[in-house]
Amino acid sequence: MAEQAIERSNLKVGIIGLSIALAMLALGYAAVPLYRLFCQVTGFAGTTQRADESKAAAAAEAGRKLGGATISVRFDGNVDPNLPWTFRAEQTTQTVTLGERKMAFYYAKNNSDQPITGAATFNVSPDQTGFYFNKIQCFCFTEQTLQPGQEVVMPVLYYVDPSIRDDPDAAPVEQVTLSYTFHRASTGTAAE
Amino acid sequence: MATTADTFQAHEEHGHHDADHKPGFFARWFMSTNHKDIGTMYLIFAIFAGIVGGGISGIMRMELAEPGIQYLGWWVQLMGGEASFDANAHLWNVLITAHGMIMVFFMVMPAMIGGFGNWFVPIMIGAPDMAFPRMNNISFWLTVAGFCSLMFSAFVPGDVNGLGAGTGWTVYAPLSTSGSAGPAVDFAIFSLHLAGAASIMGAINFITTIFNMRAPGMTLHKMPLFVWSVLVTAFLLLLALPVLAAAITMLITDRNFGTTFFDPAGGGDPILYQHLFWFFGHPEVYIMILPGFGMISQIVATFSKKPVFGYLGMAYAMVAIGVVGFIVWAHHMYTTGLSVNEKMYFTAATMVIAVPTGVKIFSWIATMWGGSIEFKSPMVWALGMIFLFTVGGVTGVYLANGGIDDVVHDTYFVVAHFHYVLSMGAVFSLFAGFYYWFPKMSGKMHSELLAHIHFWVFFIGVNMIFFPMHFLGLQGMPRRYPDYALAYEYWNKIASHGYEIMAFSMIFFFVNIAYAFIAGKKAPANYWGEGATTLEWTLSSPPPFHQFETLPVISEDNDYHNHLPKGDAPATA
Repeated sequence: MAEQAIERSNLKVGIIGLSIALAMLALGYAAVPLYRLFCQVTGFAGTTQRADESKAAAAAEAGRKLGGATISVRFDGNVDPNLPWTFRAEQTTQTVTLGERKMAFYYAKNNSDQPITGAATFNVSPDQTGFYFNKIQCFCFTEQTLQPGQEVVMPVLYYVDPSIRDDPDAAPVEQVTLSYTFHRASTGTAAE
Repeated sequence: MATTADTFQAHEEHGHHDADHKPGFFARWFMSTNHKDIGTMYLIFAIFAGIVGGGISGIMRMELAEPGIQYLGWWVQLMGGEASFDANAHLWNVLITAHGMIMVFFMVMPAMIGGFGNWFVPIMIGAPDMAFPRMNNISFWLTVAGFCSLMFSAFVPGDVNGLGAGTGWTVYAPLSTSGSAGPAVDFAIFSLHLAGAASIMGAINFITTIFNMRAPGMTLHKMPLFVWSVLVTAFLLLLALPVLAAAITMLITDRNFGTTFFDPAGGGDPILYQHLFWFFGHPEVYIMILPGFGMISQIVATFSKKPVFGYLGMAYAMVAIGVVGFIVWAHHMYTTGLSVNEKMYFTAATMVIAVPTGVKIFSWIATMWGGSIEFKSPMVWALGMIFLFTVGGVTGVYLANGGIDDVVHDTYFVVAHFHYVLSMGAVFSLFAGFYYWFPKMSGKMHSELLAHIHFWVFFIGVNMIFFPMHFLGLQGMPRRYPDYALAYEYWNKIASHGYEIMAFSMIFFFVNIAYAFIAGKKAPANYWGEGATTLEWTLSSPPPFHQFETLPVISEDNDYHNHLPKGDAPATA
């Protein structure tokens, strides 16, 4: 009986098995960037889109063709309990024509006696509208540093893509809620 | 260390003069490389873990027998804490966490795969041992170390409310990250790391053994279905467990090293943890039941004295369950904000699994059809498993529907469902396998009478525990709370009495083992008679310490899986 041959071939199969396990481990980690990418591309879980000028212009054009259909946008602001800031939307709702660029404002104040850097997370609700909610400019794109007692009013420039009316899941939505939560930015990462 | 190992090697070299020459006690049990000894240790370990996990559920049923919190405070004080509402509630979380983790990782998996898998896979394919005997030993002791780590976690702080990890077996972030500051959760997670590493090594070992070490003539399509089930399970382990390892490693670094994989403040997402966990978690439920399917196939064929119906269909149904099991994970997450389209996909994909599962159930019934059935103890357990697993499978099809799940998510209906498939499906197949093979492993016959009493009392007990949970769930009783509204008392009381009956039945199990060792008749090589035709029945009971010095040759017309007496032509030919 060629025992050495069996042992060699056992080792081969064993190493293949180990490689599969390691590959799955790597895939588990790869899921982190892939998941983020998936959310950004599909608007999954209410992930909003980021638009540049040309995309915004095209949407405005499409909106004009639609003849001024409107949608309501509600604004929501929250603060992580670990962050001694006041943060709220300056307006409750806005009615916006589909494709139209609109500016909304949020108010923030640092209530502590030291400078703090915060970062905002965001999404929209209902989830299926995330793909159509576009931001051109937003305070949430970068981290914000507030000096002790400093107050700021921060703008969001956004539009709602008119193609929302072509999506059977998202078309019936009459109001989109844009929500922000400010967190203390992880230490060591300065504002960009 | 090296010297002892060398001595042990020397023993092995002399082994071929005497197949039963065993090393001394310490070398045999602590440095074991023998698949049968390791299998025995796994079984003893699983029984021990089962007592701990089952005892914890006893505390849970005691507390849930009436509304209000009666007993948790006493246990909190026993652990040296101050009984308060928060401390009691935290202890409850610790109990459900420990019960889940112990039963999944330290009872069902070690018994099915480590115990029966180690014992009978090499024998059934005609191999002298596992491919990597030393790695087999590492797997076992890592599992034990993992169990110790989990037990240890109960004695260090979990969060401000007391000792132990109270995260649930799913360890969802953010409860397991920012929600539980104490080191207990680190120990619990580390215990999953150890058990996971052990299982991955075990899986590699089984795959290599089954692919490389089959006796001459034992083709893949001649392997007994139990071997097929372990092969599919090993692949599921290999593909699923590393993803769990990745997810819980991210938890560890989120907790201790400032990463923010699951923390929105740093751009992470807690829902991602759920995706990763259930990408492992769903295959995991098939990991727990597939070897049981394999054992049931062997047993039903043996006691019907017929070849198993639709052998290839049975084997590939398990492969299909394994493959589809990887693409249905989000049915555990219907309430996390999936879109209607995603729910439709996961509903449909989940219900597809009922097809290969149905193939198996109907093939077992067809195997019995027209058979010369003997109701020996393994057979009654197997019949109980088929019946009760089907009940759990039916509620599984209910729950697969995203719309229904929105209503019953996290209620006792879900608890009833997964206990029917696990605590009845998996555990009944474990007892079936135990009574089927116990005399083969020990060389002593158990008492059939005690085994039958054990079955009937256990059957009544578990159904009394879990069937009322369907009603409670549909009435809206949520899982994972130590207290409930007055309206739920009636069925909870009955469930707790059911636990008493179930616990009482276990006395017959342990007495039966004691009886077998003290007064049991010596088991012959094939004590089940003509229906038992796989290779383990060609060996003495217990088998020699080293079996198959000369490899058995499986001839063309000898289909072991078909359960035909040696030399007979297949009935269909």
